[in-house]
Amino acid sequence: MSGRTKTGNTIRVNRAFGNIVEGEALVSTEGFSPRYDLDRWSGLISRPGHALEGHNIKDKILITPSAKGGIAAGWAFYDIQHKGIAPKAFVFGVTNPVMVQGAVFAGITITEGWSADPYALIRTGDIVRVNPARRTLTLVRRGNS
Amino acid sequence: MLRGEQGRAVQEALQLQLEVGRFFGAKRFVPVSNVHMMGDIEVMGDAGKSFLERAAQSGAKCRQPTTTNARCIDFAHVEHLKQDSNEARKEKELIACLRRMDVITADTCINYQTLYQPHLGEHVAWGDTGTVIYANSVFGARSNFEAGPAALAAGLTGRVPEYGFHLDEHRRGTFQVNLKVDLNDLADWGAIGKIVGSGHQDYYAVPVFTGIKRTPTADELKQLGAALASYGSMGMFHMVGVTPEAPTLKAAFGGRKPKEVMTVSNRDLEKVYAGYDTQNNPLNLVVFSGPQQSLFEMKTLATLLKGRKVAKGSQLFITTSNGVKSAAKDLGYLQDIEQSGAIVLEGVCFYILQNLPQMRVREGWSNLVTNSAKLANIIGAHKFNTILRRTAECVDIACTGRDVR
Repeated sequence: MSGRTKTGNTIRVNRAFGNIVEGEALVSTEGFSPRYDLDRWSGLISRPGHALEGHNIKDKILITPSAKGGIAAGWAFYDIQHKGIAPKAFVFGVTNPVMVQGAVFAGITITEGWSADPYALIRTGDIVRVNPARRTLTLVRRGNS
Repeated sequence: MLRGEQGRAVQEALQLQLEVGRFFGAKRFVPVSNVHMMGDIEVMGDAGKSFLERAAQSGAKCRQPTTTNARCIDFAHVEHLKQDSNEARKEKELIACLRRMDVITADTCINYQTLYQPHLGEHVAWGDTGTVIYANSVFGARSNFEAGPAALAAGLTGRVPEYGFHLDEHRRGTFQVNLKVDLNDLADWGAIGKIVGSGHQDYYAVPVFTGIKRTPTADELKQLGAALASYGSMGMFHMVGVTPEAPTLKAAFGGRKPKEVMTVSNRDLEKVYAGYDTQNNPLNLVVFSGPQQSLFEMKTLATLLKGRKVAKGSQLFITTSNGVKSAAKDLGYLQDIEQSGAIVLEGVCFYILQNLPQMRVREGWSNLVTNSAKLANIIGAHKFNTILRRTAECVDIACTGRDVR
């Protein structure tokens, strides 16, 4: 990654809530719903055929283009937070109010919208940082994979 | 409220609303006249229940009429469905808790058909995406998707932050959908929602439908809206000449140009039905749910099932509200349905049934046949292979165990 400026490693997000968090990125090309896609007892993405099927969201920074359906997601975030299987942050391209209300209620960092395509910069396994106050998503270092 | 003089629950509710409002750049709060919330043990879990108990303990009361969405247990069927008696006990405690907070535990996801019909421009705070899209689109009322904790907060404070569908700018159409299609069954309307929603997963995408050949019924709009919300995460649609904010195409777009114009044809519709595969597993589960059945749907099912029997080894589930079930009983529909061997559950939705994953394994269910495109979408997390079929076809499959296609 030599030659990348600090700005080159950072993407602006449009809206954000929560604490600064740093962790392993889990990057999905498909939208996400904690109700439709997730086994809420293990943290595994369980819906057959989902782009992240078999991956665990626990302690990850989940980067996903969109939110799917589901009012029940509002309680689900609080539920998985208390079960200890919540991700550290949700980074959405576009989201809906349920995800935001649920994340705020559960105290999980959440962002929406981005200035540049994060898929070009960040891969699953990379270590990234989300800073809601500065509205930034930063690639800290490449993962091992 | 923020200072805590009205108790901790109200204080926390307003803090939650302030943070959410800040996220979306809301400039102020607007008062709401009706609240509909999701709150049951399957979706809340123990943590949510503890939260609610603390709120009830503090003496918090809803200041606007607040009703509940479908829940996960019909207490009359706990044993038969081998649901967890401990979870059933928790559900009862939870209901008691909500009632202490002046929540009306009506347990229905068709409140817009059975309980409350807001008027044009009325601000409400509803949860269950199907209720929200119906409120915005068909009534011209104004609501965002309000998750359980957010709806409860609205009930406690009597207001919501003004963003999203409370604002004119988000209510205008964004793309146009020309319907060149024959819509003869409720499943067809849901299939349109799947086609349009899948390609536009965006809360702020507002489709404007044109080409409607006749006045749609409430049940048809219910299936369309529920599917759009489910597949597309959408909160609003217009239908020119049908919905109140779309007297003309121009009015529906509010002066903007559509970002896209798409057409849905009979071929597209048939492609949806052809896209489901039984995977050579038995067709032994048929479900009419998501949303709950209206009295009119109950009548149709009674007519289709009268004198027939659900096939041996198959099961047919129907979910509805307490009120509709009671009326269906008085009218004799319920008897015709139940004599076929179908099970009618009240106050619940099939996809959130407590213990459903275990039930699926125990009963040897793999395929789930339904006329609800929404249900066909959302039950995937429970590892069902879903198959969308028209209403009469669903009944035929339930009574023969064979697909009709």
